[in-house]
Amino acid sequence: MSAPLLAARGLAVRIGRLTIVDGLDLAVHRGERLAILGRNGVGKSTLLHTLAGLHKPVDGTVELDGTPVEALGGRALAQLRGLLAQHQTDAFPATVLETALVGRHPHLSRWDWEGARDERIAREALAALGLAELADRDIGRLSGGERQRVGIAALLAQQPRLCLLDEPLAHLDLNHQIAVLELFGRLAREQHVGIVMVLHDVNLALRYADRVLLLFGDGVHAAGPVAEALDEAILARLYGHPMRRLATAGFAHPIFVAE
Amino acid sequence: MPSRRRALLVLLSLIVVSVASLALAVAVGSVSLDLDDALSRQVVLALRLPRALAAFACGGLLALAGALMQILLRNPLADPYVLGISGGASVGALLAMLFGLPLVLIDGGAFVGALAATLLVFGLGHGEGAWTSTRLLLTGVIVASGCGAVVALVLTLAPEAQLRGMLFWLLGDLGQSGTPWPALAVLGVGLAAALPYARDLNVLARGEITAMNLGVPVVRLRTGVQAAASLLTAVAVTTAGSIGFVGLVVPHLTRLAVGNDQRLLLPAATLGGASLLTLADTLARSIAAPVQLPVGALTALIGVPLFLFLLTRRGGLA
Repeated sequence: MSAPLLAARGLAVRIGRLTIVDGLDLAVHRGERLAILGRNGVGKSTLLHTLAGLHKPVDGTVELDGTPVEALGGRALAQLRGLLAQHQTDAFPATVLETALVGRHPHLSRWDWEGARDERIAREALAALGLAELADRDIGRLSGGERQRVGIAALLAQQPRLCLLDEPLAHLDLNHQIAVLELFGRLAREQHVGIVMVLHDVNLALRYADRVLLLFGDGVHAAGPVAEALDEAILARLYGHPMRRLATAGFAHPIFVAE
Repeated sequence: MPSRRRALLVLLSLIVVSVASLALAVAVGSVSLDLDDALSRQVVLALRLPRALAAFACGGLLALAGALMQILLRNPLADPYVLGISGGASVGALLAMLFGLPLVLIDGGAFVGALAATLLVFGLGHGEGAWTSTRLLLTGVIVASGCGAVVALVLTLAPEAQLRGMLFWLLGDLGQSGTPWPALAVLGVGLAAALPYARDLNVLARGEITAMNLGVPVVRLRTGVQAAASLLTAVAVTTAGSIGFVGLVVPHLTRLAVGNDQRLLLPAATLGGASLLTLADTLARSIAAPVQLPVGALTALIGVPLFLFLLTRRGGLA
C-alpha cells in the first residue's frame, strides 16, 4: 500500500505556552476528508500550519506522501499541499482573475509567465465557485463571502493533492457553504484529493467528513470516524456547553444542537 | 496581469523616454549645444552629462527602492526613506559638513549614516510573524525622528556660512554630486538582482501566509529585499541628498498605469523614476537660471499635489 498523503507521528505542537497536541498520530489517505473541531483559541490554525510544513513542531514528524516536510523544498511542497488561509488580506489592487492565477506560482519556473493553460485553469476554478462573471472585478470591491470564494479558487488553481482548509466556510452564506463542501467532496471522490478542514459546524462535519480530529485544549485530542467519534457527551466536553442529539427520521445523519 | 509582449512594449517606450530625457538634459543650459565647439563639448562632457546621469541613476534608485519597500511593508504608501535611511544619511553628511570635511568625506558620512540607521532598524525591527511590518515601520519612524532631532541640533550649531550647503543637501541637490558611475552600476546590479524574484514578490505582496503556502522562501526574500532597498537608497542619498517623493510617487503612479505585476512594475518604475528626476533636475537648473534650485524642492512641489490628488481620487488606492 502506498504511503498516506499526510502522516503525522508523535506530533507535539505548541505556540507560546499553549500545548495544542502532544503525541498526535494521524494519517490522511487519498480521497479522505478529515474535519478538525475545537473551541476558539485551541490552536486549530497552528496545527493546520504545522501539517502544511509552515510551523515547526516541538516533537514528532509530518510526512507528505512519504517524505518529511523539512526535506521538501518550497516549490515541491506547494505542488503537494495547499493551504487556504483563515484571512484573505489585500494590500494592493488586483483583479479576481489575477488573484486566482497566483495559485499557479509553484507550477511555473523562474522566467515563465502565466500562459493560456494557466488562465484556463484559473478561469475553471473561478467558474467552479460561481465567480466566472467577476473575473475582471477588483478584489477590493468584493463582499466578504465573494473574497473567500476567490481564495478557494486560488487554492483550486494551485491543484494540490492535499487541501488544508482553515475555516473554508467563513463569510459564506448557507447555499455557498454547501456548494463549497460538495466541491471538495467531489475533489476527494473523483480526483482522490485529501481534505483536512477546520470546521465550526458539527452537523456539516457529520455530513461532509469521513473522520474527525477533536482538540480539547491542553494537548488532549481524540480522533475517529465521524459517526462514532461524535456524541452528546463528547461534544459537550469539546465546546464546554450542553448539547442535544435530535432524532432525524429520513435523514442520513443525526443533528446536534446546543442546549 | 500584462502579457509578456505588452510588458516589453511598455518597457521599450520607457527606454525611448529615458534616452530623450537624457538628451534634453544635455542640450538645455546657458551654453548652447554645439558639438564642433571645444568649450561647448567640454561643458557637455564634464558638467552636463555627469549631472544628467547622476540624476538618472538617483531617480531610478529611489523608484526601485520605493517599489521594493512598498512590497516589503505591504503598503502602497511606503517610501525608501520610511525606515530611517535618509535620516541617518542626513546626520552623517551634516556632521561631516559641520567639521568642514571635503566632499568625498561628506558622501562617506552620508553612506555610513545611512547604513547605521538601516542596521539599527534592521536589528530592532525584526520580529517573527504578522507584526513584522508594523514593527519595522514603527522602528523606522522612530529612528527617523531621532535623526531629525540631531539634524536640527547640527543646523543650530552650524556657522552661518555652512547653512546653505546643509539646506541644499537636506532638500536634495545634484549640483554637488561627483561621478555618476557608482550609482549607475548599483542601479544596474540592483535591478538585475531583483528581476529574477519579481514573481516571488508578486506572491509576497499577497501576504506572508499566502506566499509561504505557494513555496516562496518568505524570510530569505524579505531579508534580501530589505537589504537591497536599503543599499539602493543609501547610494541615492549619498549621491544627491534626500530627494523626496520620487521613491513614493513614481512606483505608485506606475502601479496605477501598468498594474502591480513586479515583472513589469520594477523596471518600469526604475525607468520612470530615472526619466522624471532627469527632467526635474534639468528644470531645477534652468527655470530660474542663473540661480539653481535644489531638485528635491522641485520634486516635492510636483509630488505633493500629485500625491494628494491620487489619495483623494476614488479607487486610486486599494
